Formats: sequence, structure tokens, C-alpha cells
Amino acid sequence: MPQTSIGQMNMMRDTHETFTGNKALQIEEALIFETGRVEVTGVDVDEPVTEETRLGGLERHAPIGLPGLSEPETMRHYLRLSQKNYSIDTGLFSLGSCTMKHNPRLNERMARLPGIGDIHPLQPVQSVQGALELMDTLAHWLMTLTGMAGVALSPKAGAHGELCGMMAIKAAIAAKGEQASRTVVLVPDSAHGTNPATAALIGFSVKPVPARADGTVDPEEVRKLAGPEMAAIMLTNPNTCGLFEKDVVEIADILHEAGAYFYCDGANFNAIVGKARPGDLGVDAMHINLHKTFSTPHGGGGPGSGPVVLSERLAPFAPLPFVKRGKQGYALIEHAGNAGDAKPFGRITAFHGQMGMYVRALSYMLSHGADGLRQASEDAVLNANYVRAGLADLISLPFGNRPCMHEVLFDDTWLKDTGLTTLDFAKALIDEGYHPMTVYFPLVVHGAMLVEPTESESKASLDLFIATLRDLAISIRAGERERFTGAPYHAPRRRLDETRAARSPVLRWQPPEPIKVAAE
Amino acid sequence: MRYHPLTPEDRGEMLAKIGVATIDDLFADIPADKLLPEPLALPHHASEMAVERLIGAMAGKNVAASSVPFFVGAGAYKHHVPASVDHLIQRSEFLTSYTPYQPEIAQGTLQYLFEFQTQVALLTGMEVANASMYDGSTATAEAVLMAHRVTKRGKALLSGGLHPHYADVVRTVSDMAGDTVVANQPDILASEDLISKIDGETSCVVVQNPDVFGNLRDLGPIAEACHAKGALLVAVFTEAVSLGAIRSPGEMGADIVVGEGQSIGNALSFGGPYVGLFATRQKYVRQMPGRLCGETVDADGRRGFVLTLSTREQHIRRDKATSNICTNSGLCCLAFTIHMTLLGETGFRRLAAVNHANAVDLAERLKRVKGVEVLNGSFFNEFTLRLAGKNAYAVNEKLAHKGVLAGVPWSRLAPKTGHDDLLIVASTEVNTAEDRAAFVAALSEVM
Repeated sequence: MPQTSIGQMNMMRDTHETFTGNKALQIEEALIFETGRVEVTGVDVDEPVTEETRLGGLERHAPIGLPGLSEPETMRHYLRLSQKNYSIDTGLFSLGSCTMKHNPRLNERMARLPGIGDIHPLQPVQSVQGALELMDTLAHWLMTLTGMAGVALSPKAGAHGELCGMMAIKAAIAAKGEQASRTVVLVPDSAHGTNPATAALIGFSVKPVPARADGTVDPEEVRKLAGPEMAAIMLTNPNTCGLFEKDVVEIADILHEAGAYFYCDGANFNAIVGKARPGDLGVDAMHINLHKTFSTPHGGGGPGSGPVVLSERLAPFAPLPFVKRGKQGYALIEHAGNAGDAKPFGRITAFHGQMGMYVRALSYMLSHGADGLRQASEDAVLNANYVRAGLADLISLPFGNRPCMHEVLFDDTWLKDTGLTTLDFAKALIDEGYHPMTVYFPLVVHGAMLVEPTESESKASLDLFIATLRDLAISIRAGERERFTGAPYHAPRRRLDETRAARSPVLRWQPPEPIKVAAE
Repeated sequence: MRYHPLTPEDRGEMLAKIGVATIDDLFADIPADKLLPEPLALPHHASEMAVERLIGAMAGKNVAASSVPFFVGAGAYKHHVPASVDHLIQRSEFLTSYTPYQPEIAQGTLQYLFEFQTQVALLTGMEVANASMYDGSTATAEAVLMAHRVTKRGKALLSGGLHPHYADVVRTVSDMAGDTVVANQPDILASEDLISKIDGETSCVVVQNPDVFGNLRDLGPIAEACHAKGALLVAVFTEAVSLGAIRSPGEMGADIVVGEGQSIGNALSFGGPYVGLFATRQKYVRQMPGRLCGETVDADGRRGFVLTLSTREQHIRRDKATSNICTNSGLCCLAFTIHMTLLGETGFRRLAAVNHANAVDLAERLKRVKGVEVLNGSFFNEFTLRLAGKNAYAVNEKLAHKGVLAGVPWSRLAPKTGHDDLLIVASTEVNTAEDRAAFVAALSEVM
């Protein structure tokens, strides 16, 4: 029997259009603004106890225009939307740098205990002693795992943690009276965009550091740039090429001799938990993405949590508020006036940070223990290298076929002369039931594909993933372009027109223009 | 370990396939003297039950809001969240997905973000809203930075009715960025003068409504004064439910509206995660921080959604980005938007009316207690008490001992500002008549 080509499959698809546009379990779903009505509500609210008002003449009269749905309609709307999403629970989520590992449901249960989820940040401190104990316990784990002297828990996500860490550095520089001169922050080209954005946000000027041919930073380049104007380096380690910066200790020494600080982007800390401590490597500040390394769910784009561990020289500058253990239990230090010897640089969020994420991360840590966390890092690295070994003969590796850490970076050299791009390859992977790898990042290699399988994948899962990527690669070599250029064919949507979205942005629903009826 | 699928046999086979002898051969780039030989000095792995016991013990030491008469507000509010909201946000496809970088398999997230942006724009009376910030306070700091970019000026003027923690967050960022902040003194009666302080260097005036003391403010005259001097009005709210009862900031002339969205759909959770709302005028959209979701079509011409205008953002623009924000509050947006969809306009306005009525009833009862004065001329669901001759912090602690979590003493938010007799009290739909009576009885005993 002849093989059905993609083109024929497409025709078959077109001839099987349904009346509704639905495809069995794949159901088209309108916007709430098209189906809801302002008079419908899915919440029964009691009658007000009084008609008297004290709104000072500022009553809202104009309608808002918010449609409502009853509870059954609401359930169906969001359930159908959910079915258009890929998730970790759906399958392997190879998105490099994002650490899409299993999210244990125990952690969700812990976050919903009334004594955690239903407490207010400004309740009397005596009524939240357990919450402060939890924060203190988390702090102990984070400091022990990183070998650092202090930790600021309150940053709300990784980039917020970067901001917090760089603010601590700026405060320390100011405390030495060097704020006018120490203004340069070194950032390698392979860094996450958040690094230069963070440094620039608080007035540092950003200077790039080139990488060596092997994908790591050359300490000699750092030495050339080191001087009295250098405030810090922002270095990701393991870096975004999936490589451990092997000269990290020398780089730290150069920085410290020059009076500068070492900010480590801890997005990839998950590769080395229990294997090495950033504190031993000369790091002064490092944020930890609890939503990556310690598996608090990513939730389609947050919430995250980005505590920053700090070296002894930066710890006193940690922002408000922080927890202090005392003879009478735990105290919450909320103002500089009762911070003792500490010199907090200020406040970066209204309250105490992401308690809901703290508890999930702590639950994850307690479940794993010191042994399990070390095992998780080893398995993450093992899995990434297994993928590398399974593909190295077909897909090009920019820095040679050498061990990587928790993620493996490919480039698009192997696609040369095929007329296909990294994006085409990624979109074809969608049809095969996978979430693609991170594409076109880091910027230092051409057509980057960064694969991070995480420790959550079994050997059988990796074997199928490798076999799938091999099949795609062989298909490219065989010139089967349509499998790629039109992909995805089987997702809820085909390729989306991003240019159109940006050129004439439609950022909210608008009621359709009323149909004009000609005057009679 | 229950979360690790690999067996020792798997690991052996995989190492052989990779072509190395031991796992540490893969860690060879770590300097040998820095490689840890064994697990660190922390407890070893534990069963689900064991972890539940440990965390349950800590949780058990806290007083949950729903277990007592509860009137604590000042930036976070206890509301009832329908059961279906919490069920839906735990759908795996929402909970365990990433930022929608591959839109073809993330239409669920993208469509709810589009709906969320529309709801926030409608609520605030603005033209566009983004896909969220971390919380109300960081959204406020971002609004100030945006106003600096729009006006090419560097001085922000903060109302004395702005939550002191919000003011601190703005001040911290501004100090670090080298910008100027001028802040009014605590403005208990909403009687401050802001207008005469606006000058040709002012980029924005930041006004909270309802303010931290619960007073309602007509933003109209301030908006006019701002616009006359080329400055922007940044309107802040910490209680999103208030938008169902009072005129929207957009209607009153605000240029940027930021606020805390926790009240809708999200638990108190000791201060986070929450969801920062951010809305503005269409003409400023390219200066906005944060993610934006937009409508487009796919290769078959069907409607779909993508993240858009990303040339503002850090992953494209790096040190020239409008903000460093990346991960924001996705799942909290989802909780917000589901709850808002359930409420609809009818439910939302009724919810706002109930909140206001409960607060009016509570204020009426409390002002009859000897030595207690309600300071507010107007309020939504929160107001400020003056406890004549008393230290409000101490009174609040005594009330807690009597099993009533009564409010937030001003001195906790801003110590040594000379108002130690003030207690900020909130009442929402969760408070019953019995709760209010218990508060009045306990306060009568303490005063």
C-alpha cells in the first residue's frame, strides 16, 4: 500500500470538515465576551445588610460590560481551554533553561492547608509563628544547599531575584563610597535577557564578555575588563549552553581582587544541587528559581519565586522584611529601625514574598531530602547526556560531542542547505506529541535548540524522544519538506501569524461594529 | 525516591551508552576540590505522610482567617473564592504548562490571557491591560518607571494615601535607578495638597483609591492638574472589588492604572503569590512593561492568540527593555479571570455592594464604642479607627487574644509617624453579623 503523503493527509483533513468546526475532543471555544451576558452570574451573593452608602459621591454609574457565565458554563469554558494546552503531565516538555520537571501534587495540598493558604501577611506575628518557622526552615535549606551566609526570600520570580541581588551589590558598593565609579556590569552574550535588563534598570552600564570557542567565559577576558569601574559580573553557571563554567573560581578571584562582586544567575542551579555549592565557587549573590529547581508549578507563566542567597559581605544588605529567630519565637523584621546591625537596602514587594511557593518548594525538598536532591541533579545531567549521545551523529553540537550538564545545546549547522530552519524542526516536534525545545536561545550559537529533559523522564520516555528526533532528522535528509514547513498539522492551531499580531495589535476584545441600517 | 523514574540498572545502561564509567565523569568540569563527595547535612528523603506531618505541624501553629472573626486588610483581603476556581486552576494543562512560547499548543493559556486583559481593561476603564505583574506594589514601581519613559522626566510625586509598603517599593527602585521621589506625609483625612506640588519635572503623581486609610478620592481634579503640567496620573488600588462600586480610574482621567488583583480568585497565602494588574491608554502601549497577548490568525485563517509586541521585552531588547520582568503571575491571572467570569457584571456589582454594606454596618456599630472614632468621610470596605488615648498595636494584640483579628495598626505599616492610635479595619462579604458583633464586644472590653 502506498504511503500517504502529508499533502494527501491535508486534503483528507479538509474533506472531513465538521459542521461545528470541532474535531471530536478538540472543541472550538468562543470568547466569554461572545457567549456570556452581563445579567448572568455563577455566584450567589447575599443581599446587602443595609442600603446606606458612604461612597462620597463616587458611585459607579456607567456599565462595566463584564459578561458572566453560570457555573456549568464556566466549567466547560475553562476545561475546553485547558485541553488546548501542552503540559508536563501531557508529555516530555523539552524546553531548555525552563526546567519543566514533575510537579508533585502533595505540594499543592500543602499550599492549601488553611494555616498556609488562609493567613494574612499583616496578622499579628504571634498568630503566624508556624509560617515564620516555615520561612526560616526554607532559608536554612537554601543556605545549606548553596553554602551561602544569608538569603532574601521575598523576590517574586527569577528576574525579581536578579534585581534584588544586584540591588544588594549596589548598596554594598555605595556603603564603600564607590557608587559613582563602580558602574559597569559584565554580562556574557549567552546570558538570559533578564540579566542585562536588570543591570540597566538600576543604572549600571552593561559590557559584554565574549565566550571562548568552547562556550565558556575566558578568565583572561574578565581580567582585561577588571578594574575600579567594574561593579559585578552576571554569570549563569551552569551556563545557557549547558556547560559548567570550569574557570569559575578563577573568575571569582579576579573579581574579588578588583573589588567587584560575583552575581550568579541560578536558573540552572538544578544541575548541581548537592553536587557543588555556589558559596564554594566564590559567588556573592545568586537567585534560585523555586519554580524551576524546586518544582513549584510554572502555571503557564507564573507565579514564580526567586529567593537570593547572599555571601557574608552582601547578607547585611538584604531587603525588608526578614524573619529572625529569637528566644520568644520568630520575629518578622519589617522596618530598618528594628533591623539591628543589618543595613537593608529597602523593600522590593508589599509583603513577605511568595509563601505559596515557599511551602511547595519546602515540601519538594523535604520529600527528596539531601540524598534525593543530589540524585535529581545527577539524573537530570544523565538524561541530558543520554539525549546528546543518542543524537550526536545526526544533529550538530556547536561545542563538540562532549559532556553537558542538565541540558544539551544543538545548533542548525546540520540543517544547512536543507532550506529548513530550527523553527520548522520545532514545529514538527509538536505534531509528534512533544513540547519543543527552547529555540534561538542562547543567542551565541546559530539556530540554537536547547533540550532539557529533566530527571522526571524515564529511560523509555527518552528512548522514544530520541527515536522521534532521529526520525525527523532522517526525514529532513530525505527531503520530506512538507512534514516541516507546514507543521504543526495536528495541534489545535496551525502556525500563527505573529507578524500580523505585532503590526496591528488587537490586545482586547471589542464589541463588533453595529450593523448600520439605511435610513428609510 | 517516588519522583525518580530511573532505576540503578537504567543508570548503568545509560552511562554505558554515553561512554563514561561513572556519573561524576559528567561533572568533570566542576573543580575536583569543589565537588561534594556525599549528600549535604540535611535530612534524607521522606514519605508523603512524613512531609504532611512536618508541614502540617507548622501550618497548625497559625490562625487561619476563616477560623475567627477577621477584619485584616491594608493591601490583602479575605474573600470567598468559589470552589470551581480552585478546581479549574489545578487542571494539569494550566498548572504544569509554561509561558506560551509555542502558541499552537498553548491556546488555552493565551485565550484566557486575552480574556483577562479585556476584563482588566473594562474594570479599570482603560484601553489596554497587560498579562499581569507580580503584585500591586511592583506594578506601581513599574508604572512610575513607565511614566518616566513616557514623559522623559525623572520625578514621581506620591500621595500620602499610598500604602507605605508600596511607597517603599517605589522609593527603593527609584533610589537605585537614580530617579527622584517626593512623598507627601501620611494623609489620614484625604485632605492633602498634591496639585501645587506638580511641576515641569514631575513625570507622574501616584494616588491610591480607596487610599490606605480607606478614603475614597475623586481623581478628576488631580488628573486635570497632571495633564496641564505634562505629567501622568498613576492610579493605584489594592482592593479590586472596589471597582464594582466606585467610578473607574479611567473615567476619572488616570493615564496608568495599577492594582492588586488578589481579592478576585486568589487566596491570602501570607502575602503571595498575588497578581499585579496593569492598564493604560492605547497610545502608551509600546512603553508598557510585561507580557501582552494579542489576536491573530493561523495558517488556515482561524482566529488564534500569541504573545506580541515582545520587542519591548528583555528577551529581545535586553538592556534596552521596558522592564526586566519575565515570569509573572499566570496562574493567579487564571484564578482572577475565572472568578470574574463566574461573577459577571451582575455578581461583581452585587459583591461590591455587600462588601460596602458590611463595612457601613461595622463602622456604625464600632463608632458607638466609647473612645472609638471612625475617621473616614467616605470609604468602600475599609476604614480607619482612632482609638482615643490608646496604642492601636497593643489593642490589636489584645483583640487577637480574644479571638478577633481586628485590623492593621498604622504603626505596623509606618512606625514613628505619629499616629499610633490608628487601626485600619476591613470588612468583606465573609464577615457575618455575628463576626461584627464579636468585634464590637471585644473592642468594648479593651477600650
